[in-house]
Amino acid sequence: MPQDEGSLAKKNVHELCYAVDENGRYTTVPSRGWEVKTLALNESLELIEERIAATKTAVIAGQLSPIAYFMELNRMDIPLLASYVGIHRWFVKRHLHPTRFRKLKEKTLRKYADVFGITVEQLTSGLC
Amino acid sequence: MDIHFEHRQSAHCENGVISNLLNHRGVHISEPMAFGIGSGLFFVYLPFIKVNFAPGFSYRPMPGNIFKKLAKRLGIGVKHQRFSSPEKAKAVLDEKLAQGIPVGLQVGVYHLTYFPDEYRFHFNAHNLVVYGKEAGEYLISDPVMDYTTRLTEDELQRVRFAKGALPPKGHLYYLERLPTSFDLEKAIKKGIRQTCNDMLAPVPIIGVQAMKWVAKNIRKWPASIGIKKTNHYLGQLVRMQEEIGTGGGGFRFIYAAFLQEAGTLLNNPALIQRSEEMTSIGDAWRDFALDISRIYKNRKSGSDVYEKLSDQLLSLAEREKQFFTRLKKDV
Repeated sequence: MPQDEGSLAKKNVHELCYAVDENGRYTTVPSRGWEVKTLALNESLELIEERIAATKTAVIAGQLSPIAYFMELNRMDIPLLASYVGIHRWFVKRHLHPTRFRKLKEKTLRKYADVFGITVEQLTSGLC
Repeated sequence: MDIHFEHRQSAHCENGVISNLLNHRGVHISEPMAFGIGSGLFFVYLPFIKVNFAPGFSYRPMPGNIFKKLAKRLGIGVKHQRFSSPEKAKAVLDEKLAQGIPVGLQVGVYHLTYFPDEYRFHFNAHNLVVYGKEAGEYLISDPVMDYTTRLTEDELQRVRFAKGALPPKGHLYYLERLPTSFDLEKAIKKGIRQTCNDMLAPVPIIGVQAMKWVAKNIRKWPASIGIKKTNHYLGQLVRMQEEIGTGGGGFRFIYAAFLQEAGTLLNNPALIQRSEEMTSIGDAWRDFALDISRIYKNRKSGSDVYEKLSDQLLSLAEREKQFFTRLKKDV
């Protein structure tokens, strides 16, 4: 049974795997993970990090609004964010544009800030 | 409100919740048994749906299906409720807990505070059991965790009303009535038969046919979408196959455990023989995952790597095709 010191070890969590014992009977064995899975997971996390970094650059360059950055940070996409804030995705897409973003009302900004778990000031004050 | 609830860890959340809820009522059905009777083994390829920037692969049927089929086949009455109002959802949960009934919940994973950060994705078909409330905190038995945990009212409301694909909408369920007796043999046979039919279905996105389609696409991807994306897609395949919940090898080992248990119970040596074959198929799936991970590790590229992976998946599909054809004749 593979025991890899990956992300599960951090929170002292095991997962259960099924394996055959020496008599050929099935039993369950706790596992700390497997290198193969850790690699696949890391690949996917790297991709998320890359997207966050790319969005951050675009926000600083004035191509996107901070909403885009926090959306990526929360591992969301436009339809998902739209359903969390309760605004149609067509509008959410427009709010990703910096000029549109600057015209947003306090009330709308608060909706976004609540979903991201931050304050309105954090959302509007440039970047993080 | 103190319900004596026995928390037992399981590989997969849905089977674990079923098995634990039934165990609480004195019906002892193991996780593999619940999985087998509920026809949990599956393979589906959804190239037109993008999950986490990769096509959808799944080694299991739609969430909730395993439970639904198991309940039907054993004659267990399960009450399901969904809500549009979070307040009402909370009120019903509190009421059931006050009556001493442990309640199963469908929740979103992303806001679960006790999960490791790496596993917090927007996935909405996780299951857990709430078995009590103490000082404003809910007592949680999450079957994939080693130990029981707690969530505050706000945290639980948040995960119950997570948004996105398959929103839980506060979905809760509990056992209503249990049959006085049930025919386990009939249920097992029905479960096995359906799994065979699913896996051998003449539909390109399901079962063995879907594996073949994926195998064909693996060959094409490097040229059509580039190496980087191909690797990401393959990574998604590995995560679906091996991530928390499958018990390893894309549920193949759980299924082998089920066949062994069923073979012993029904006194059918053919099923025990099939169980051994399933184990070796599971091992082959693990080898497949291992070979995919080598691409990341050695940064090895070149189309022959993908050719080999494609062949490997094709041979797995062929093996499973023969396996399920034989299994179908055994029951």
